Amino acid sequence: MPKQVYSELMKSIVEGKFTFTGEIEPVKTTDLHEVIETAKTLNGHVVAANITDNPTAFAYMNSLIPSYVIQREVGLEAVYQMVTRDRNRLALTSDLLAAGYLGIKNVLALSGDHTTVGDNPGAKPVFDLDSTGLLYLIRKMVDEGVDLAGNKIDNPPKFHVGVAAALGADPIEPELLKIERKVKIGVDYIQTQAAYDVDVAKRFLKLTKHLDVPTLIGIAPLKSIPMLDWMVKFVPGIVIPKDFQDRLRKAKEKGGKEAIFQENVEFFGEFVKEIKATTHAAGIHIMAIGFEWIVPKIIERAGLKAIG
Amino acid sequence: MKILVEMAIKLKQNRGIKTKAATVLRQCDRQIAVTSLRPIVEEYAAILSLACGVGVQTIAQSFENKLVIPANNTKFIGMQDRELGKFYELCSACGECILFETGGICPITRCGKSLLNGPCGGQALGKCEVGGWKKDCAWVLIYNRLKEKNMLHYFMRFQEPRDFRMRQGPREMGGE
Repeated sequence: MPKQVYSELMKSIVEGKFTFTGEIEPVKTTDLHEVIETAKTLNGHVVAANITDNPTAFAYMNSLIPSYVIQREVGLEAVYQMVTRDRNRLALTSDLLAAGYLGIKNVLALSGDHTTVGDNPGAKPVFDLDSTGLLYLIRKMVDEGVDLAGNKIDNPPKFHVGVAAALGADPIEPELLKIERKVKIGVDYIQTQAAYDVDVAKRFLKLTKHLDVPTLIGIAPLKSIPMLDWMVKFVPGIVIPKDFQDRLRKAKEKGGKEAIFQENVEFFGEFVKEIKATTHAAGIHIMAIGFEWIVPKIIERAGLKAIG
Repeated sequence: MKILVEMAIKLKQNRGIKTKAATVLRQCDRQIAVTSLRPIVEEYAAILSLACGVGVQTIAQSFENKLVIPANNTKFIGMQDRELGKFYELCSACGECILFETGGICPITRCGKSLLNGPCGGQALGKCEVGGWKKDCAWVLIYNRLKEKNMLHYFMRFQEPRDFRMRQGPREMGGE
């Protein structure tokens, strides 16, 4: 646990509340209207919302400005996601300083999907730092008030740093050792990638319990059957239980889109309920890009009150 | 190759251009390249080099009054596996070698993101997201190798961000 608490997110976690976070994706536009509307949808139901940084290597609006805007316009705390794919240590340092000025309190340090899977596949991947290196940079800035090269920072920023974990990685051992190495450097919380199998989530929590780091289990409701098919076909390593797949397909046949949404609410409501009841997880990170309105329904279905 | 070049010239222009083929032991060695080619090149206007980009440049630098044409589009410096008929890129000449700590497998070259503290979330069943999960994830290979050798403490070591001055081109070495 961190010695000092700077953010609402960390406060909620430290106080032992079962904590929900959401996710907002700025897109290829100069308009932030939708981001603000989404933040309003999530506000009051989640403690904070991650703002994605060029997810799956698509060139979108940067994540810093929307992070600032949802805090200012909506009063919803942001988790500023940063990937090391697009910026070297100079640019990362400089954006972190700007984030400090803008009142950002949480940063999620990621490497980012490779440029070749994105919408500008010919782009030069940077990766001057990896996610561990970015964590190290942030720790230096926050704890020592210096940059990577040891240059002093006036008025150093205060951030909490989260890292991502591939909870279903196969093999899992190198992933676990990687997380352990990050924990040694100084991690405030772990946020996992999407889990669909509650047993996989439980196994991960068990395997990382000794690290004693608050962990948010990620879930990503499936909006449609094509989305499900895509995940099953193209994302190896993500295991979506056959039972849930069948439930979604049956729902679609019976009641179309609405029924799929309802099935998600049922499935993830139960999922969240079980995680809360049977594990030490600090909470749940819900990624429902494009249908964020489902977030409060899942929380409600889990029999939990939103933030309070 | 000589035959192919002759054929191409005949087909395209049929102007009876004279060609000659010669082998240079090491085109990247200036002395060897000059010694073996000087007696030959005098009566030719152009040299088609079959070497990698280094060889092409050595020849171009050594015979400034000749037109030097690269025959290859140099992709990487690699290892050949004759059995599979494939070439593999294994080293990026980064100047900060950690091969001992990574079980003799270079993450700078063989990890799609050149991660120093991998693997990343793009790993699945030991394969890498770059190129669609066909190639091996270098960090899973490293993990397995170090585990076999009972050297996982090296895997746990935090590799700090690299000093990119070590690979800042154009690089020079020796002399003085």
